[in-house]
Order: sequence, then C-alpha cells, then structure tokens
Amino acid sequence: MRLLITHGTIVHADRIEKDMNIYIENGKVVMMGQNIEREADQVIDAKGLYILPGLVDAHCHLRDPGFEYKEDIASGTRSAAKGGFTSVACMPNTNPVVDNVSVVNYIIEKAQKEAVVNVYPIGAITKGQEGHELAEMGSMKHAGIIAVSDDGKPVMSGAVMKKALIYAHQFGLPVISHCEDLDLADGGCMNEGVTSTIMGLRGIPSIAEDVMVSRELLLAEYTGIPIHLAHVSTKTSVELIRQAKERGVKVTAETCPHYFTLTEKACLGYNTLAKMNPPLRTDDDVKAIKEGLRDGTLDIIATDHAPHHNDEKNVEFEKALNGIVGFETALALTYTTLVDKGILSLSQMVEKLSTKPAQILGLDKGTVACGKDADLILVDFDNEYTIDVSGFASKSKNSPYDGYKVKGRVMATLVSGKAVYTHTAFKGL
Amino acid sequence: MKLRSKDILGLDHLETDEINLILETAADMKKIVTSRMKKVNYLQGKTVITLFYENSTRTRVSFELAAKYMGAQAVNVSVSTSSVAKGETLIDTGKTLDVMGSDIIIIRHSMSGAPHLLAKNVEASVINAGDGMHEHPTQGLLDMFTMRETFGDLRGLKVAIIGDIYHSRVARSNIIGLTKMGAEVRINAPSTLMPPGIETLGARICPSIEETVEDCDVVMGLRVQLERQKKALFPSAYEYSRFFGMNPDNIKGAKKHALWMHPGPVNRGIEMTSSIIDGDASVINDQVTNGVAVRMALLYLLTGREE
Repeated sequence: MRLLITHGTIVHADRIEKDMNIYIENGKVVMMGQNIEREADQVIDAKGLYILPGLVDAHCHLRDPGFEYKEDIASGTRSAAKGGFTSVACMPNTNPVVDNVSVVNYIIEKAQKEAVVNVYPIGAITKGQEGHELAEMGSMKHAGIIAVSDDGKPVMSGAVMKKALIYAHQFGLPVISHCEDLDLADGGCMNEGVTSTIMGLRGIPSIAEDVMVSRELLLAEYTGIPIHLAHVSTKTSVELIRQAKERGVKVTAETCPHYFTLTEKACLGYNTLAKMNPPLRTDDDVKAIKEGLRDGTLDIIATDHAPHHNDEKNVEFEKALNGIVGFETALALTYTTLVDKGILSLSQMVEKLSTKPAQILGLDKGTVACGKDADLILVDFDNEYTIDVSGFASKSKNSPYDGYKVKGRVMATLVSGKAVYTHTAFKGL
Repeated sequence: MKLRSKDILGLDHLETDEINLILETAADMKKIVTSRMKKVNYLQGKTVITLFYENSTRTRVSFELAAKYMGAQAVNVSVSTSSVAKGETLIDTGKTLDVMGSDIIIIRHSMSGAPHLLAKNVEASVINAGDGMHEHPTQGLLDMFTMRETFGDLRGLKVAIIGDIYHSRVARSNIIGLTKMGAEVRINAPSTLMPPGIETLGARICPSIEETVEDCDVVMGLRVQLERQKKALFPSAYEYSRFFGMNPDNIKGAKKHALWMHPGPVNRGIEMTSSIIDGDASVINDQVTNGVAVRMALLYLLTGREE
C-alpha cells in the first residue's frame, strides 16, 4: 500500500513546514518534501489542512476488562481515533486490575483484534492497587506494559513508593504517580473552598495533592530516579514542580484539558459531569496551570479519558463516580483555549499532545519523520463547531463540554498509514 | 403574587418578595395552628408525601401536621422499610411516588443536592426538608418568622449563630435568608467547624462567643452534630462546652430583649446550658409551633401556583 499526502502544513514539535507532501509505504513515512511526486495507490489532498503526528495519550481508561458497559477496547480506540489519538496508554484500574501477566496479555491480544489505534497497557504499581506489595512489574514488562501506575489511587506509603521507583527503574519502566493524600482528602467530593461551602459538600483541599507532589519530588530527588506526575491541578503543585526542575530533579508532569478550561464553579447545581479527581479547582489554579504549560513546567497534556455510564452520573453528587470522557474534546479544547489565545504555539501543542508523551513513555512515536510509523492526523484548525456529546464514538457521554463552541476538527486519523477515522465532511480521501 | 419555582430547594433561590409572601401567609396559618378547630380544606384532594432518608421527629411531624390541618392526604415513606432498602435509586423512587399522583414530595437526605436531583426528575413540587450540609430552607423560614413575630421587621436585626457551622444546613439557610432580608449575621464556631469561605454568604466571623453576641437581638445555638462527625473535629464534649458552649456568663453582652433560639434537638449542657434553654428569653418551643405554620404556608402556596 502506497499513499501520498499532498500540500499539507506539517506541525512538528520544533518547526512548521508548509505545502509538504508525504509519501508513505507499508505503513512507514518514506519521503517528505515540497513537490515530491511518487506513484501511489491513493492520494490524499491535505490542502488547507495541518498534518500533525498522531496524538499520544499517556493517561486514559479503556475500562476493558471488567467495565465494558462503560467502554471497551473497540469503542475506546474508535473514540481515540476520532479525537486524533493514534497511541493511548491505558490505566490498570480495570477488573481484574492489571497487576499480572494474564491481564496484560488479555489487553494486548484484544487490542490486536479490535483496536484501531495503538494500545499500550500500564501495569499496576502494587498488587490489586492496594498500595502494599509490589506487582510483578518485570513479568508485566515482558508481556508488554510500558509504565506502572496505581492511578485512581495513590500509593499512600512513602516506603512502598520508594521501593516501586527503584524496582521499576531497573526494568526501565516509568512510574506515574496519582498524587493524593487520602487522609487530607478525607472523603471529599469536590475542591474545598467557597463553592464546596455554598453547596454543602465535603471538600478535598488542594494540599491533598500538593503534599503528595512534594513527597514524590523528594523521592525522585533522593533516589535520582525519574517520576511522572499525573493530572496536576493546583497552583502550588505547579510551583513545587517548577522549583524541583530548577534544582535538577528528574520529574515530568501532565495536566488535562479540564484543569485549564473549567473551575469548581462548573459543579454548581450539583452537576456531576464536573465531578472528577483531582477535582476542578479555582481561577487561580487554572491560571497557574496555563502558565505551567507555557513555561514548560508541565510537560504534557493527557486526557484522563474516564468513561462512565449515565446511571453512574445521574445520581446524588456524592454518589456520582469521578471522571469525564476526554479523547474527543482534548485537541479542540487545547487549541481553542491555549493556541488560539496565544499561550502555546502550534508546535508546543504538538510537543505536549504527542512528541513529549511518547518520549516519557519510551515509545517511538510522536514525530512525523522518514522511517517512522505513519501515525498522522489531518486537522482543520479553522473549523468552528459546537461540541455535541451525542455524536461521540465513546460508549459513554459523560462530558461537561456539551454545547461548547470550539475550533479545531480532526478530519482524518491514520495509524501506520491506514485511515482509521475520517470526518464525513472530509473530501480529500 | 405567586412563588416562581415549583420547588423549594433552598433560600438561595427565593427572592425577598417570595420570602415575605411566605412569612405573611404563615402568619395567617398560625391562627389555624393555635385555634381550637385545626382544620381547613385548602389542600383537600391534594397528596403530600414525606420521603425521609434521615431520622427526624420534629420536621417530619411538622410537615405531616401541616398537610393534615389543611385537609391533604399525607403519606410517610419510611426509607428503612421501602424499596430504598432494596437499593432503588432516588430518581426511581421519586418517579414512582410521582406517578402515584403526589402533588408535593418532601425530602430529607444526607446528601447535599439530593432534593435538586429529585426535583429535576418529578412533576410534583419538591420541598427540601434538609439536605446534607447544604440547606434547610423551612427551618430558615420558621426562624425568620419567629424573629419577625417579636421584632416586626428583619432589617437591621443583629443575629448571632453559634456552634457547628461546618455541618449545619440550618446555619447556611439562616445566613442566606437573613442576609437577603437585611439582617446582620455574625457567626462563631470552633475553628475546625468553620467552613472555608462562609463569609462570602454574608456572615461575619467573630473570634469569641462574647464578641459574637455583643448587642445582638437574636442568639441561635446550633446542635453539635455528633452523627455527622466523620472524624473528631474537637477533642471532647467537655472541652466543647467549656470553650464553645453558651452559658450565663459569656452571653451577658446580648441585648436585654434578645431571643434565644435553637433548631433542636438540643444537646443540653454542650451547646447551651439548661438555664438558657428553659429561660424566659428562650423561644425554642415557639420555633416548633411556627414551623407548622410556615410549612402550611409553603404547602398552600405551592399547590396554589397552578390555579
């Protein structure tokens, strides 16, 4: 299969190339340049469109095995493809938990059969994600995991986390920490502050995150081993990470679109679609997250795609499950909120949504370059539209962004040169 | 004039003219409550359901009597013996009651916002009889009614609210309602029981009981909600009563004519000494009577919205 993409603007993490042709053979990029002409089985006209390396999500929940009524590998990866993600790393809080080889094998085999994008399982740090005994990281690495995390739960014991860092490092596995001090969080269900007081809900103070971020930074500094911090949401955490990076601590950090687009006020009226963990914070935090993305303190943007059934959200606020779906809104929200407003350049956005997450996870992805897999997306950034959750490819529709006006539409998603998603309005293919 | 919303979910969504309407209607209703012949037919043919997910004596009986004095069918759904105990969701329970023909569903729930969820899913009017740590609008209204009976006008009144503000839906409704009606609200609590940002609702935080009650027209004690305490937020009942309880010594600065209120049930000797609870200035029992009148007013006004 030979494919020629013509006249697109390629956005790399470090530069932009206009009016480019890309020639793809057997799923790999073979030639790139202006005016290159090769005979191809198919030609895609990308005039007026941007070509980006396929997005890489370092943090999502595909819910498979165990919660297939929320999402499964087939539906989750179609949702990813629609949002422009060509590689996704899925968290291990499935049922059973990904803490042994057989569950890793299940995911990898099912992904080979049913997935339309690349699926990379993340293994648990501890058995059952219970925070006590290390899971079989070495064996899981051989079976195909690319990182470890107890995401959804923190590793409360500092001693266990220290052991986990040292042990995982030996196998070259990045450790991703969900930073939350459960004692300080104290069963809260939204950010602690004026809004939680008005709503009469127990609050999760921002320090529940900050205290754990501090611990992880000190552990990384003490052991000299890198750590990746998931879903950073507070101003103080951004500042702590900034200071740690200045003194040379090997830390990388992610945030999610909801932490730079929404505040705790989205919860008013007991809107369970705005319930997540970490919780939506304040205007000050949103400002700090944006600044952290701008100055590089926050390395990447992940979705934390967390599908839930309507029955799990259409309940009392305290009972509602945490999280929102994110694949199909992440790129447009990032473009609209950050690039269109001049906070990030197009290249910086590509770095944070593709190139850097691939680097952190040790994947040979996230670039448009000769010899690499042709994981590419074609995007129309002038396309303005209103988000309509009913059209999501995900099984779940739990998004607070229904009705939001955004810019930036994925017109086509290619994984190894194969179109796994094309927008109905795209005529170039 | 009519109430604007089909539901009474909190004082935060009632306008001052609606609050005045309710309080004025309650004054008429009180005549019925205190008369020898407690029966009118304003609610004849109407069905009122109380759906209580938390234990309650006074609020539940108060609503039930309010409905019955006006001729409504009043049905109590006891959560421990209903389908709720079989795991039915709030929405399903609500819809079931709704299609049986209820006109008003009165709900008490341990989770804040539960009445809002119910109201969105039923045709019937929903009255919040207390939701979690959020609001208890009928208590706020009956407290304001009680103050108005003595002082005539709420504007300029100085009201002290003392106790477990953090867990208190009574405090939130009173702060919101009283501030709306032009009263000045001061609050005092052990620092661990003061919710963050509460002053944005319009109350002023005072550091001591003495300073809180200084020159006040009304002093309201709040119950220490031992059952709502997930973790010990103060060391002991002894220490609470010693430093945060009201006693004849630390309340001397209140006005001579000051009223003493408490939403009940009282932990005697912890938040207030018995000498205050049973003293001449205590209107705790009037609050209970007024509760029936205010609830009658709400039932009357809600069922009258459509006509």
